[in-house]
Amino acid sequence: MTRTLLTIALFAATASAQDRGREIAAEWDKRDSGWQDQVAELKMILRNSRGQESTRVLSNRSLEVEGDGDKLLVSFDQPRDVKGTNFLSFTHISGPDDQWLYLPALKRIKRISSSNKSGPFMGSEFAYEDLASQEVEKYEYEFLGEETANGRPAFKVKRIPLDPKSGYTRQVVWFDQETYRPEKIEFYDRKESLLKTLTYKGYQQYVDTVWRADEMFMENHQTGKSTRLLFTNYQFQSGMTDRDFDRASLSRAR
Amino acid sequence: MRFLIIVVLSAWLANPAFAWEFSGEFSVETRAFSEDGTRPGAEYRANVSAFFEPEFYHSWDDGRQSFTFTPFARIDQHDGDRTHFDVREFTWQYAGSAWEFRAGIRKVFWGVAESAHLVDVINQTDLVENLDGEEKLGQPMINFALIQPWGDLDFFVLPGFRERTFFSPEGRPGFPITLDDKNPSYEAGNGAGHVDYAVRYFKSLGLVDLGLSHFRGTSRDPRFLQERRADGEMVFRPRYDIVNQTGLDFQVTTGAWLWKYEMINRFGQGDRFIGLVGGFEYTFSNIRSSGIDVGVLAEYNFDERDELALTPLEDDVFLAARLAFNDVPDTVILAGAAIDRETGATFLNVEANRRIGSRMSLDVQGRFFLNVPPSDLFLHGIRNDDYVQVGWSFFF
Repeated sequence: MTRTLLTIALFAATASAQDRGREIAAEWDKRDSGWQDQVAELKMILRNSRGQESTRVLSNRSLEVEGDGDKLLVSFDQPRDVKGTNFLSFTHISGPDDQWLYLPALKRIKRISSSNKSGPFMGSEFAYEDLASQEVEKYEYEFLGEETANGRPAFKVKRIPLDPKSGYTRQVVWFDQETYRPEKIEFYDRKESLLKTLTYKGYQQYVDTVWRADEMFMENHQTGKSTRLLFTNYQFQSGMTDRDFDRASLSRAR
Repeated sequence: MRFLIIVVLSAWLANPAFAWEFSGEFSVETRAFSEDGTRPGAEYRANVSAFFEPEFYHSWDDGRQSFTFTPFARIDQHDGDRTHFDVREFTWQYAGSAWEFRAGIRKVFWGVAESAHLVDVINQTDLVENLDGEEKLGQPMINFALIQPWGDLDFFVLPGFRERTFFSPEGRPGFPITLDDKNPSYEAGNGAGHVDYAVRYFKSLGLVDLGLSHFRGTSRDPRFLQERRADGEMVFRPRYDIVNQTGLDFQVTTGAWLWKYEMINRFGQGDRFIGLVGGFEYTFSNIRSSGIDVGVLAEYNFDERDELALTPLEDDVFLAARLAFNDVPDTVILAGAAIDRETGATFLNVEANRRIGSRMSLDVQGRFFLNVPPSDLFLHGIRNDDYVQVGWSFFF
């Protein structure tokens, strides 16, 4: 009897930890909506274990889609040999994303497979899945407790990617208690060991609602490499539509 | 043509705000051939060539309008016909809410396959640039695109035909036959002045990307007329017929699989014929968490024209592998082989590319012609022209 009660209590606790974790993620998702469309310039600084750096410059446009994942258009500017290359993605809450690549030398648009989630983006420490739109439905959650992150009280939540192609067994996210924005994420690889830590820095509030970091710093603990993503010239609600995220725009974007 | 230049220039001059973007590429390529050339003047085993391709770009009106000018120039040590100049782009573009208008000289790509580009008929092939036929000459055009929920519908008016570029007799690789390419024959009474038309419909339907097109005008790929010149020599003279070509292309993308298919039906160049290419591409991504992707491709090419086909791919299987390291210098290695199912003749192509620093890249290409029987008209003449090319590019 006691054992049964204990099991039930334990089960209830686990269930509530799962619900709590999911609630926190959902709250962040809710607060991070209403921005309609967004433009930002990005600088990516890749640093290897010997401290050598190389830089990529790109611009990033995204469009909020009601009831589905965001649309995303990325234009590459540096290094110069990839200048003019553009990437278009229609992300979906369920099912694979639709992705196209524009190759300027051939003026060719290529539909590409979106099944590579865990591979590195442009040789950086960010995997494709780290940069994809973070839909609540893509993970299972567990609330781990309260802790301080970046000097602020935070909710510590474990999330397990549901996609079998993910490069991670789990992630631990610290959500800020006041704003619900993520402050830090730890990534655990397929061997369950700590692979990377992502830290958000220089948060600013835009259009009275959304919080955006000026910097995302990704550190690989296993290789000693790191990547800094620096965002500038954020713009929101500039009236973009589906038309700014179609094939014609893909071959025109700069 | 003159009208197009005026349209583009006036659209650009009407706008006083100048915010030019200037970029481009300069490249030096050296080739080493495995054997001496057999044609007179082509006995050399090393060749140096260089090209320059700057791009001037300007956009205004909140990005709705833009002007692009991309000239191209190449100098070649031995091949006088490979030393050439072209305007790849000289375009004014206007993007409306449900349509786009583009006028000037442009490049347009249609299709999905890798080993052949059957439906891609707008631009002429700049063959002297690369045997793989991927390089194209700029085409004068007026293009109106309707962009609608039911799909994209593109209309093209193409004034001014561009002749295919061919290697000179001193060029390597080159042809064993004497081409009378400076004196082409046209079906159209006004020759290269014939105005061509094309229309294309495109729609993405979930996993399927579908294109349907029709072209009416001077065929981009010529037939060859065997003629005896006044000096008694047998020559092959390019013949550009007026053709009607309908094309279908689609790709189905499921997981790591890409299924590709292109088909054309062409009238007007001898008997009506069908050409098709179909196959798949599969990518093993991030193998053992190394970041490395390996893609494998297989395509089948068929052309009803058989031996008379100017394409070397009449009943061929194409197999290829792509190795992408996804490292900081973006190292990529590609290897592909087109194998004639009947004769076993094989065109082997290996390419590797790697960035150096942030403004340079190194590119190595090998082209090899294996098992070529004398009956394979296209490849037999260039079977001794196996080469390895090392290219160094500077980007600005």
